[in-house]
Amino acid sequence: MRRIPLTAFALLWLALAPALAVEPDEILPDPAMEARARNLSQGLRCLVCRNENIDESNAELARDLRILLRERLVAGDSDAEAVAYLVDRYGEFVLLRPTTGGANLILWLAGPAMLILGLGTAAAYVRRRRGPGEGDARVPPLSPEDEARLAEILKE
Amino acid sequence: MINELGHFTLILAFILAIVQSVLPLWGAQTGWRGGMAVGGPAASLQFLCLAVSFAALTHAFVTSDFSLRIVTENSHTLKPMLYKVSGVWGNHEGSMLLWVLILAGFGASAAWFGDALPPGLRARVLAVQGMVGVAFIGFVIFTSNPFERLAFPPFDGQDLNPLLQDPGLAFHPPFLYLGYVGLSMAFSFAVAALIEGRVDAAWGRWVRPWTLAAWVFLTIGIALGSWWAYYELGWGGFWFWDPVENASFMPWLIAAALLHSAIVVEKREALKAWTILLAILAFGFSLIGTFIVRSGVLTSVHAFATDPTRGIFILAILAVFIGGALTLYAARAGALESRGVFATVSRESALVLNNVLLAVAAFVVFIGTVWPLVAELAFDAKLSVGAPFFDLAFTPFMVALAILLPLGAVLPWKRGSLARGMRPVRGALILSLALGALVFAFQTGRSALAPVGAALGLWLIAGAAAELWLRAGGRAIRLTRLPRADWGKATAHAGLGVTFIGIALLTAWDVEDIRVAEVGDSFDVAGYQITFAGVEEVAGPNYLSTMATMRISRGGREVAVLHPEKRVYPVQAMPTTEAAIDNGIWRDLYLVIGDAQDGGGYALRTYIKPFANWIWAGAILMALGGFFSLSDRRHRVAAGARRGAAPPAAASPAE
Repeated sequence: MRRIPLTAFALLWLALAPALAVEPDEILPDPAMEARARNLSQGLRCLVCRNENIDESNAELARDLRILLRERLVAGDSDAEAVAYLVDRYGEFVLLRPTTGGANLILWLAGPAMLILGLGTAAAYVRRRRGPGEGDARVPPLSPEDEARLAEILKE
Repeated sequence: MINELGHFTLILAFILAIVQSVLPLWGAQTGWRGGMAVGGPAASLQFLCLAVSFAALTHAFVTSDFSLRIVTENSHTLKPMLYKVSGVWGNHEGSMLLWVLILAGFGASAAWFGDALPPGLRARVLAVQGMVGVAFIGFVIFTSNPFERLAFPPFDGQDLNPLLQDPGLAFHPPFLYLGYVGLSMAFSFAVAALIEGRVDAAWGRWVRPWTLAAWVFLTIGIALGSWWAYYELGWGGFWFWDPVENASFMPWLIAAALLHSAIVVEKREALKAWTILLAILAFGFSLIGTFIVRSGVLTSVHAFATDPTRGIFILAILAVFIGGALTLYAARAGALESRGVFATVSRESALVLNNVLLAVAAFVVFIGTVWPLVAELAFDAKLSVGAPFFDLAFTPFMVALAILLPLGAVLPWKRGSLARGMRPVRGALILSLALGALVFAFQTGRSALAPVGAALGLWLIAGAAAELWLRAGGRAIRLTRLPRADWGKATAHAGLGVTFIGIALLTAWDVEDIRVAEVGDSFDVAGYQITFAGVEEVAGPNYLSTMATMRISRGGREVAVLHPEKRVYPVQAMPTTEAAIDNGIWRDLYLVIGDAQDGGGYALRTYIKPFANWIWAGAILMALGGFFSLSDRRHRVAAGARRGAAPPAAASPAE
């Protein structure tokens, strides 16, 4: 079996044909509405995939969700309503951008809080370093050989 | 027979690692020179043993020895030779063997190039490196043995996942591991320094080349992975904030912070305790990354064969090493008081700010990555944290970093003045603001991303150039005589700017067209005329392909003829899309062929990707900058690589 005969091709193709992300037949005739759909679907998770949004995913379910989302938009839902419709059905898991309420506040505020903490600590540190001659009394002093060695290494 | 040899040397390496982690440390603690001297030869021999083991496994893959389980599961006789070789690390067991080989390689290079280190520090560094080796070689032997045999070998293998049969991905893991594992050196130096209770300028200078090397490799590894995703996944995405990507990005950010803080230790003897902590954290994030990839606790597109016992083993390694190191840190960090004194406006302060931003950015990535797990365990909520969160929460840190970087880079040590610091980079500032305005005028009604990104990018590039000019004292002739470290710094910073421009403009100006076209059809996308000239079926060595021919012209002149493909790999029963890309400096043309449609014709996707290559060109510049810096004479002196001092592996018991 050096090469796979081309005759086997058509059969295999039928069995394996994947659906690529957004298919031409899904696209809405109204470009503005389609743009909204694309935008929204980038923030919705393909539930059976590993960390992919439905806009990029090739999975069958992602296609179903894309079509469902477009149906809601065509039916006159606002962006928020269409997303809420999907969240009602599939849970918060479908949102790639977690809500900002409840326990998720920890997630959203962790970065800014850490930044303030970090800047505060850094400011305190810089202030302390400003004064002259703060002790390094606890550091064991270098032996004369070490000092010489250090000087040699630091010499360019 | 060769397989048994590989298995045997693997076990031998385990024993050598135990020796390496006990005797030198004991020697250093008790002043026994004989014990300390064991470290070097043990590290060299351990590396040699693992090299033999790895060669044996490679031999099994190359000769398609299906009596080994992992060869059966990941190889096939028809697979091209390149992928037979890269298949060695295209699976969990083999990649862990590569991991420990690289770990031993770093240990051995510390032995070879560490002549300048004080014997006590050298012995302790080798011992800590040996301990990491014991843990991971143990992990390989006890949970993921690559030399496991099959009682009844099949006639042919199950082939490698077709997505992995790609040159970009063949080299992505080795570089990534060189980076991940290279950070173990920073860790070993940090723990050794904590045991000794002393950190000085020389320590900062010794630890820097290792961290820099690891960071360079990590940069290349991440860039290769991102580039691969761009051309292979079929729609040109380059970063997904997937847990496994984050796993490599967190150590990268921390290592970048560590590089900068180690400079402060070296030049100014300040930030010592913080630098030690960063060194521990950098390797800690490497281990967390390994845990995320191998345990399967977080769903990711990078699914390795996962197994709970492996996850627990790595978690135990993580707990022992990072827990142990942090305990040691808590006990000893107080003794690492800094000496250097500096003003609020100074290079030191700028680097402190750099560290805060990088460390908090890494923390944001971390919490976003683990939040789904935390939410499920603590609040019983099943939710996702994806790209929209990271884009929003992470980007501000990078913007702040980019604004401050060129200014911080020209501030003098000890004491500076903002007004005086601004002077050399005034031109850069004006230039970048002008570009931002130009870009803003050029595009109408679109997001602020493009002008802001372009201005920041140019600010970084022009700022780096202005800094070089400043260092040269405004005389072109002196530019060539600047230390390579200065060139390295400027190149790396400019590289960051190039990447900024690439990401911002690609994200903002990407054009996409999806349509059904029949052979002979012609259509326009953003000024390019695209003609679907034909489609044929072609057989590759281990796949079948539907290959289209597309002619692209602009203003009547032909620009490119591209052949996007759709492939099926029958052994794995898996289809892949092979996008056809015409690379350019200002834009990539990116074509994808989809399914044949019921009503005739094919689904075609056309993307115009402006400035796409700038993303990876910037990464290459960052890595190049690292190499320039590594080749600086001062580092070579520090690493002790005196001319001809490096003995070959076999003849290394030099002490």
